[in-house]
Amino acid sequence: MAHTYALRVNGRTTRVTVDDPDMPLLYALRNQVGLRGPQFGCGLGQCGACTVQLGGQAVRSCSVPVSAAAGKPVTTLEGIGDAGRLHPLQQAFIDEQAVQCGYCINGMIMQAKALLERNRSPSDEEIRAALAGNLCRCGTHVRIVRAVKRAASTMA
Amino acid sequence: MDATGMDSPSIDRRTFLLAGGAMVVSFASGASTNAAAAVAAKGHVAPKSLSLSEVDGFLAIGADGRVTVYSGKVDLGTGVRTALMQIAAEELDTPLERIDVVQGDTLLTPDQGATISSVSISRGGVEVRRAAATARAALIEESARRWTLPAASLSTQAGAVVAADGRRLAYGELIGGRQFALKVDAKVRTKDPATYTVVGKPVPRVDIPAIVTGRFEFMHDFRLPGMLHARVVRPPTMRGRLGEVDDSAAKRIPGYVATVRHGNFLAVVARDEWASIRAARALRAEWANWEGLPAMDRLWDEVRRTPVLRDEVTQNVGKAPEVVEKAARTLRATFDFAIHTHGSIGPSCAVAQWTDGNLHCWSASQQTHELRRQLADMFSLPAEQVRCSYIEGSGCYGRNGHEDAAADAALIARSFKQPVRVQWSRADEHVWDPKGPPTLIDYVAALDSLGNVVAWSSEAWIPAGQSVSRATLVAAEHAGMPVDASHPGSVQNHLAIQYRFPNIRSVAHRLAHTPFRPSWIRTPGRMQNTFGNEVFIDELAHATGVDPLMFRIRALDDRRGVEALERVAKLAAWQPRGGPNARGGGSGDVLRGRGVSYVKYELVRTYVAAVAEVEVNRKTGHVRVTRFFVAHDCGQIINPDGLKNQIEGNVVQTASRALFEELRFDRSTVTSRDWATYPILRFPDAPDVVIDLIDRPREAPWGAGEPTAAVVPSAISNAIFDATGVRMRSVPFTPAKLLEGLRRV
Ligand code: FES
Ligand code: FES
Repeated sequence: MAHTYALRVNGRTTRVTVDDPDMPLLYALRNQVGLRGPQFGCGLGQCGACTVQLGGQAVRSCSVPVSAAAGKPVTTLEGIGDAGRLHPLQQAFIDEQAVQCGYCINGMIMQAKALLERNRSPSDEEIRAALAGNLCRCGTHVRIVRAVKRAASTMA
Repeated sequence: MDATGMDSPSIDRRTFLLAGGAMVVSFASGASTNAAAAVAAKGHVAPKSLSLSEVDGFLAIGADGRVTVYSGKVDLGTGVRTALMQIAAEELDTPLERIDVVQGDTLLTPDQGATISSVSISRGGVEVRRAAATARAALIEESARRWTLPAASLSTQAGAVVAADGRRLAYGELIGGRQFALKVDAKVRTKDPATYTVVGKPVPRVDIPAIVTGRFEFMHDFRLPGMLHARVVRPPTMRGRLGEVDDSAAKRIPGYVATVRHGNFLAVVARDEWASIRAARALRAEWANWEGLPAMDRLWDEVRRTPVLRDEVTQNVGKAPEVVEKAARTLRATFDFAIHTHGSIGPSCAVAQWTDGNLHCWSASQQTHELRRQLADMFSLPAEQVRCSYIEGSGCYGRNGHEDAAADAALIARSFKQPVRVQWSRADEHVWDPKGPPTLIDYVAALDSLGNVVAWSSEAWIPAGQSVSRATLVAAEHAGMPVDASHPGSVQNHLAIQYRFPNIRSVAHRLAHTPFRPSWIRTPGRMQNTFGNEVFIDELAHATGVDPLMFRIRALDDRRGVEALERVAKLAAWQPRGGPNARGGGSGDVLRGRGVSYVKYELVRTYVAAVAEVEVNRKTGHVRVTRFFVAHDCGQIINPDGLKNQIEGNVVQTASRALFEELRFDRSTVTSRDWATYPILRFPDAPDVVIDLIDRPREAPWGAGEPTAAVVPSAISNAIFDATGVRMRSVPFTPAKLLEGLRRV
């Protein structure tokens, strides 16, 4: 039986129809809303590539059923800024060139955004702890920490 | 022959004989860059040269003056795209913003070989540089002809040829949309590096703004109209034989389209991605049991007992075996290095479509030309009927699962008109990507009565494999279609050493088989062998009471190598030491130490000298690399910031491999199926990386994608010894191994 949900993504409401209310939010965002920010990395809540903000919290969209996200504000990487109006974190990742393949970067920025919302000037250790659940295989860690620090200082 | 009016579209081929010169330049008409790209996008054949000896193989200039670089080498997240743009912009005196790059498309880009072994710049970049310089010379010659001015009086600037009196001819006017029809001049005069304005500068990567705003198109984002979604259902053992399949439950999943079976290959197709996942879960299949893997705790015995196909002598100086036999004193050590998976964060993904018997496959393969040949073999087709296009994916670090996902998609799509997308699961990637094979090396060295090293000998047990850079395609194997053997990468590399000892012998026992389908993973063999070499060198330094950094300098006869070591000593403020430095040092349970390592990559290029600084917790056995110092000499630097990014990535990724990574398995299959069962380094364990770039603008540019990785495990092991007196000769350096070592010292 098909179910229809109103998803509030990046300030816009999209109605998505799914066969399975347990389908993870990630698939709705990527395949129905047509977004490219959140990525599929594990589907197990282990890597962070799929991170979005749901009701102001950073969550793993691969592990949240679409039915549970309905009606709550969802913010993705696309929603926090774009080329003409970059979010300070996006700007800082560019300034620090904190990308290798870039596949993990959605998760890094979205997780860091949640961190900076509760701690405006985190130490290196606090940044590392906050990102400990986000995996990067390319070894971009050092630059990512620098980028988050830079963003914090520009947002202060 | 018509020597005028080259703008006239009615004349399709003109040849210009240049007055006073022997060079014949002919500009022939051809598809414009944008048209070629557009045609290419529709999947039709464009008349684009793929020749490695033609300028048109590498370059096209549109009527709008935009330059397209066609690169067989691809950007694997390493910044190669930007570096190639810099090289072309520099050599053509064209602003970077006017350069486009088409990468890894078998219909459009020359076959420059797989993007491996850190040669994208030293080979790919140099080929593009020569083509661009040849093109620039031709554009100048053509302008000289039109203006009847000596070519030597003309220069190029901002995408135009400029005369001394200020007249300009834009490249678009000169050649726009037509082909150069010109051989690349291997001896062409390239620009004097002293005049560089783009090469050597930390130009920001062009793809990063799109990545950080979620606008970048990864392979995983690639969608075609009407596309179907498939999941492969792999066997529960590494050699599964498929019996009965019951898809009645799968058929009840809304969106289910079909079950596809070819021999032991099983997949399910659905209209949307989630339905394909649910249908795959709902499929009931009977698989024959198989328990042919070695017991994990007996792996190294198994490796040593594997039949040897051939022995390769990789270095032979003097009479090492005899000298060892008669030596006053010998040192022996055995090193092993665990099986690793590539561990891409995004599991492999590909899209394939068959049209009139022709296959088009989109993937993140680092070797589209080789993949094309492999798919052609698999389907018994002429290569012309297969086209492979590269789209950037999650970093692969070698031959991961991208090519296998491509073969899966191609095989499944053969039953459909629509394009089919295959997305691997996390477990698919961990279990089914080909693996970096287990490596076992024995060393023996002989010392004379004065403590001089008089002989060095090593022998390694490493898989043989075929010589072509291919790995068996899983789908072909499971479906009983034609397959290739797998190539583990040139893993014998670096069994030979650069140090000058009077007697050296190294031998590779090439084994008939290895537990898992092998392939190359970043720094294949060079990492494992350098690990053994550089720890054993440290052992010799210690045995002779010489500072390990000084010991290396004394054993080298290579000015650039010595300079790299001296620079890293300075960078790290290295304190000479004759033995473990900080045994019992540090505070409380934390011991601190430092270790050095060095490599000249493949003995012929990039130099890396490194110092690792570690903290070892003697209660828990946990090792943390706090800082890692690198002095790096890869000749001419194209982009210093991109280079640092690569070096940092090498250090952090390899620290992960050295400290944490080991593929686990039972007798049937891989049991490291996700990030919980195959942990990798996390942020709190990432070292700070301190880099000294040695720039040599007048030397050849060499690569940086792998060399630093070669020295990381040994530098860490040597630092652990410095901290604790424990020699770690087995990767990964787990707490259990360390605690065991501490009990013994
Ligand atoms: S894809 Fe969601 S945590 Fe990995
Ligand atoms: S940049 Fe490639 S996984 Fe992080």
